[in-house]
Amino acid sequence: MSNNIVQVTDANFNEDVLNSDIPVLLDFSAEWCGPCKSMLPLLDELSKEYEGKVKICKMDIDKNPNTPARYGVRSVPSIIVFKEGNVAGTEIGSTTKTALNKLIHSSL
Amino acid sequence: MNNTSHHPLIILGSGPAGFSAAVYAARANLDPLLITGSVVGGQLTTTTEVDNWPGDIEGLQGPDLMQRMQKHAERFDTKIVTDHIKEVDLKNRPFSLFGESGKVYTCDALIISTGASAQYLGLESESAFMGRGVSACATCDGFFYKGKSVAVIGGGNTAVEEALYLSNIASEVTLIHRRDSLRSEKILQSKILEKSRTGNIKILWNTTLDEVLGDQMGVTGLRLQNTQTGKLSEVDVHGVFVAIGHKPNTDIFSGQLEMDNGYITVNSGSQGNATATSVPGVFAAGDVADQVYRQAITSAGSGCMAALDAEKFVDDID
Repeated sequence: MSNNIVQVTDANFNEDVLNSDIPVLLDFSAEWCGPCKSMLPLLDELSKEYEGKVKICKMDIDKNPNTPARYGVRSVPSIIVFKEGNVAGTEIGSTTKTALNKLIHSSL
Repeated sequence: MNNTSHHPLIILGSGPAGFSAAVYAARANLDPLLITGSVVGGQLTTTTEVDNWPGDIEGLQGPDLMQRMQKHAERFDTKIVTDHIKEVDLKNRPFSLFGESGKVYTCDALIISTGASAQYLGLESESAFMGRGVSACATCDGFFYKGKSVAVIGGGNTAVEEALYLSNIASEVTLIHRRDSLRSEKILQSKILEKSRTGNIKILWNTTLDEVLGDQMGVTGLRLQNTQTGKLSEVDVHGVFVAIGHKPNTDIFSGQLEMDNGYITVNSGSQGNATATSVPGVFAAGDVADQVYRQAITSAGSGCMAALDAEKFVDDID
């Protein structure tokens, strides 16, 4: 969708997320997940609004089994905010932009 | 007050009722604003195949249908905002809607199509493990249980559909039902009874969920109770899917609109104005006002009716 959303894989998770200079919002999603699809435009907007402040990322759980297992993700969409390599906030299921804004702010 | 915007017509909800209302209202030049709520596309986004949508002969995917409906509404310049309304004032016109975003929306006519959401049992342990083994959406979360054992709670259509769907992914599915027979459609009943004889589905009759058990990583099992003997037992599962029905999303309207069993009461009948609620100018369509049919097509149909009723209302006040 947008070039601002970073696609994260198991292979580059450490580099892109844990070692990121700025906080990261990571959306665990899948091709076949309807609610995940309807979240996309929202993530797109966030990636523009928080450009340079928060990195907005997506991970396809079909292709990347390790990271979801490591963080106990058992539901999609699941959103985890990482700050300096640690989990700073979690939101499970479809949600609104306001809720994500809140999640980001409370994690910063 | 740049936080407030006024619209002739606001539609609440983004399921089949909401988008159908939007298409009709926009074509009638009512310049509608559609506020999506937190689940854009509604309940159909959590389904897979929709095989009974007339005209789509081979069936189609629920999420795809909803994207098409949204695009259709957008084609006629419906304004769509993603916000969740947390409070309404329907006592005075224009009606006021207060969004989670802090925005305030006012309108002359309102169509409520906020639908219904999955109902949970209300156990503390159930909410504690939400998203960590407790789910209400097999098509979303079934993936995480490849080759693992899961349970489904319920005995209606949703429960049986979810159990059948999960039986193709999980190693074993235990359907837990508090009665001694299923309420689901006959065709689904025969499918699941067949699979309980020959396949990997086990049905526990007269059984209720007493407690969800788990550890830091999530659900590990369930404590069950037999409704006849009162006896407690435990079963090891990695996930539990709650499918005990739906509850209409009407909390924000309570005390302001007439309701029946939590569903908004509408006029019905054959004299027109069928979607009118107890407050003139407020109309309801889809699952939020329907505890009987609850189909995508009936929701879309009543969404259309609500738009026509609202059009007439707005014309008459001008």
